[in-house]
Amino acid sequence: MHDKISAEEQALLDKFLADNQLFLGPDPEIMRNHATTPRSKAEDEILKKGLDPHQVHRVRGLINAALSEAFTMVNQMGAAPGAKWGDLVTGIYTAQGDLTMIAPHGIIAFAACCFYPIRFIIKNWVNDPTVGVKDGDGFIHNDARYGGIHNTDQSMMMPLYYKGELVCWLSSTIHEGENGACEPGGMPAAAESKYDEGIKMSPFKVVENFQLKRDLVTFLQNSVRDPGLQLEDMKVKLHAVMRLRERIIAILDQFGRDALMGTLRVHLEDTEAEMRRRIREMPDGTTRVLQFMDSTLRENALQKISLAITVKDDRLIMDFRGTAPQFLNRSVNTNIASFKASLCTGLLQNIWPDLPHTMAVMSPIEIITDRNSIVDAEGEMPQSMSLMPLFKGCVVWTIPMNKLNYSVPHRYSAVIASQYDQAATFIYGGLTQHGDVTGNFCADINGNGQGARSHADGEHSVSPVFGFMCDSGEHEINEEDTPIIRLGAQRLAKDRIGWGKYRAGMGYEQVATARGSGMWGFMTGCEGSKFPSAQGLFGGYSCPSYQLMKIKGINIFEELKKNPKVVEVFDIVELMNKRPIPGGKYSSHDMGMTFELCNEGEIYMICQGSGGGYGDVLERDPALVMKDLAEDLMSHENARDIYKVVYDEKTLVVDEEATKKLRDDYRKERIRRGKPFDQFCTEWVTPEPPAHIPYFGSWDNPREIYATTMGQRVKMSADQLQGAFMLNPKDLRIMQLESEVERLQVELGAHRNAER
Amino acid sequence: MRVLITEYLRINLDTEMWECRRCGHEHISARENYKRGMLVYDRDPTEIHKPLLDTKLYERTYSPDPKWCRILEYYCPQCGTMVEAEYLPPGHPPLYDIELDIGALKLQWKDREEVKEPVIGPDLALEKVKNNRALHAGHEHGHKHGQQ
Repeated sequence: MHDKISAEEQALLDKFLADNQLFLGPDPEIMRNHATTPRSKAEDEILKKGLDPHQVHRVRGLINAALSEAFTMVNQMGAAPGAKWGDLVTGIYTAQGDLTMIAPHGIIAFAACCFYPIRFIIKNWVNDPTVGVKDGDGFIHNDARYGGIHNTDQSMMMPLYYKGELVCWLSSTIHEGENGACEPGGMPAAAESKYDEGIKMSPFKVVENFQLKRDLVTFLQNSVRDPGLQLEDMKVKLHAVMRLRERIIAILDQFGRDALMGTLRVHLEDTEAEMRRRIREMPDGTTRVLQFMDSTLRENALQKISLAITVKDDRLIMDFRGTAPQFLNRSVNTNIASFKASLCTGLLQNIWPDLPHTMAVMSPIEIITDRNSIVDAEGEMPQSMSLMPLFKGCVVWTIPMNKLNYSVPHRYSAVIASQYDQAATFIYGGLTQHGDVTGNFCADINGNGQGARSHADGEHSVSPVFGFMCDSGEHEINEEDTPIIRLGAQRLAKDRIGWGKYRAGMGYEQVATARGSGMWGFMTGCEGSKFPSAQGLFGGYSCPSYQLMKIKGINIFEELKKNPKVVEVFDIVELMNKRPIPGGKYSSHDMGMTFELCNEGEIYMICQGSGGGYGDVLERDPALVMKDLAEDLMSHENARDIYKVVYDEKTLVVDEEATKKLRDDYRKERIRRGKPFDQFCTEWVTPEPPAHIPYFGSWDNPREIYATTMGQRVKMSADQLQGAFMLNPKDLRIMQLESEVERLQVELGAHRNAER
Repeated sequence: MRVLITEYLRINLDTEMWECRRCGHEHISARENYKRGMLVYDRDPTEIHKPLLDTKLYERTYSPDPKWCRILEYYCPQCGTMVEAEYLPPGHPPLYDIELDIGALKLQWKDREEVKEPVIGPDLALEKVKNNRALHAGHEHGHKHGQQ
């Protein structure tokens, strides 16, 4: 071998390596680039000729209508529970694979990562003689490592050829749920490696001549617990995309190829220009926020997400350095492309919902992360419960952007504190009452409470953090299909409120059991049981912490037969404190639970959560406090202690004067007990995280990262992050119990010796 | 000229000082962390998010764990208004959350008119939710419901 080779030899070597790549894995060149591609030659020619803006507007409206029609088809015909509640999208992309538009009610995030697999197909399959891309082909994909939110979502992607030329791409994506993972429902918290996550489809061709290839469909059906669902929704997505294709061809026939291709590109460019204009309107500077996630869904672990947003002219930089490192054997990691898609969602849901829902909004944004952190995990890491950091990504904007945006004279959207950001729903699996095997999740995931606004209280259980158009479903439909029985539902979780001048929207209680199944179980995947998740804004408090409650060892149906009045009301707090069901084992847990069997009539209880509050509680209008009492949203204790209102409990008539005095006195009490900041910091700040907390992320220095791996605390350089390896919680419990038994045996021995 | 930065803070561009929007108290130079002009109190989170379950029966009661989480409450030293509520693990350094380029801010506001009361923006996301619900109600039952 010699070091210097000629250009010709180099080209030969490059070609050899390109032709003989061992594995076409996720491609960093594609996966790390969230910006739109530059204009193609064709687009440049079209735009240089000039487009009639009226025509662009018309074409855009027709595309929108077509996307909406295809969305409605999937929504109405989709078999997945997610499809019924709006957990889906249809989208259109430029010929290079840039996401231009989605259906107006579609999930932004799905489309904001679907351009990655399309770019993969363009790069690898178009010129591959064993695959190729031609008219009538359709491609499927679910592995988030190639682009996607998580592996429960499956996409159908189709190239659109017009007069022999590839003019655009079309897609449809549904949160399907079941995917053959180690736990049913597609989001296994128990996954300890990517090989526990179920089927992992890289983008491949599953449709030819507009028909599904039955051999591949059979392979996919054979890989999941719900073969019916797999087939039905592949058909639904294919036919929705084909309808979309017909409509786009009609647009092409009416307006011509230039009008369509030009509109798609100009839509991207206009959106990016508007983003830059809005960024320029904000003050130059940096605002920061910290988020803390308290669970891996297997054990408590405090993971920090650190964000600094810097604005300089028309540049916006999001710096996530200092964030927790990835976990080697826990599923709460995400890859960077999925994380960026959640940021895109958050921007369009929480900051500027009036902007077009396209990937171009992210183009002007620069994102910096530490490689191998929890928001930029390496491909081998399990990431089936990536929802944990992704939901944080949806709301991470709210605090720092409101601090940047508040001064801007024109306000595009309301100032809102963080929405509740947990997947607070039952994930389920087992045998249905009809004898079918299934696994999926309930629509309650869509019932997150809204954050309080600068001018009004938040709305209760308004929508999921990832899409404002999703519905929280109908329990009757769920009860027809699955053995889940709702003992209590949609009862707002009293006193569980993000307090403030304006309070947050609240979440509701979910009290569930199972009936008529030989084998059924639940899992839940939320954190926030020790450290509250949804943050308040400008002096507003966060939401409280939420837990999972169980009543095991009973059959509520038998108990109700014996005594129909055994439970007065299925209210979680009352059930847990009064313990009305005899013989029940009542317990309270973290809201992260791996799959667990539920015997007939045993009760599982969780809550959807409240958002964060807005402003100082002492500024809350006493009349609003009385309204909350009248609506039974809160107790008198909190009205008095939190809001400091003096009133008559029976009539709810406020004593305005006494309230003013109480509040004035309390402000003086604050001044008395508060310490000057510098003095406070001297007493408060510790050089490193408390020893009793398994802590992950930076402390005072963003370049030094703490973790607990194999039970030991370590400190790493942020440039060289290693994944943390977590011990099996059951092994730890066995060790604890063994040492307890040993201690008791010694005590018993000593006792016996003393008796002798 | 004063620029509104949060519900309770503004920057006086002439004096380059952070000020309280409720009582006008001058906190500290706008080139500093405004928190340095505040009073701070380490609040036990169980006083704000009170246990709803019997603490003798259960460890987890809807209250945050005070060994994992504290609330730092920041007060205006003159009027006692709570400006921020920062949730941190015990001992974690408070965040320098607003660091603006004051020179650039002055330039930016040179030709802008002073805003004395904040504008209220439309709640667009909520409007979309409500539109969708109205649409859904129409589909499901074939008759119109009142605006929710």
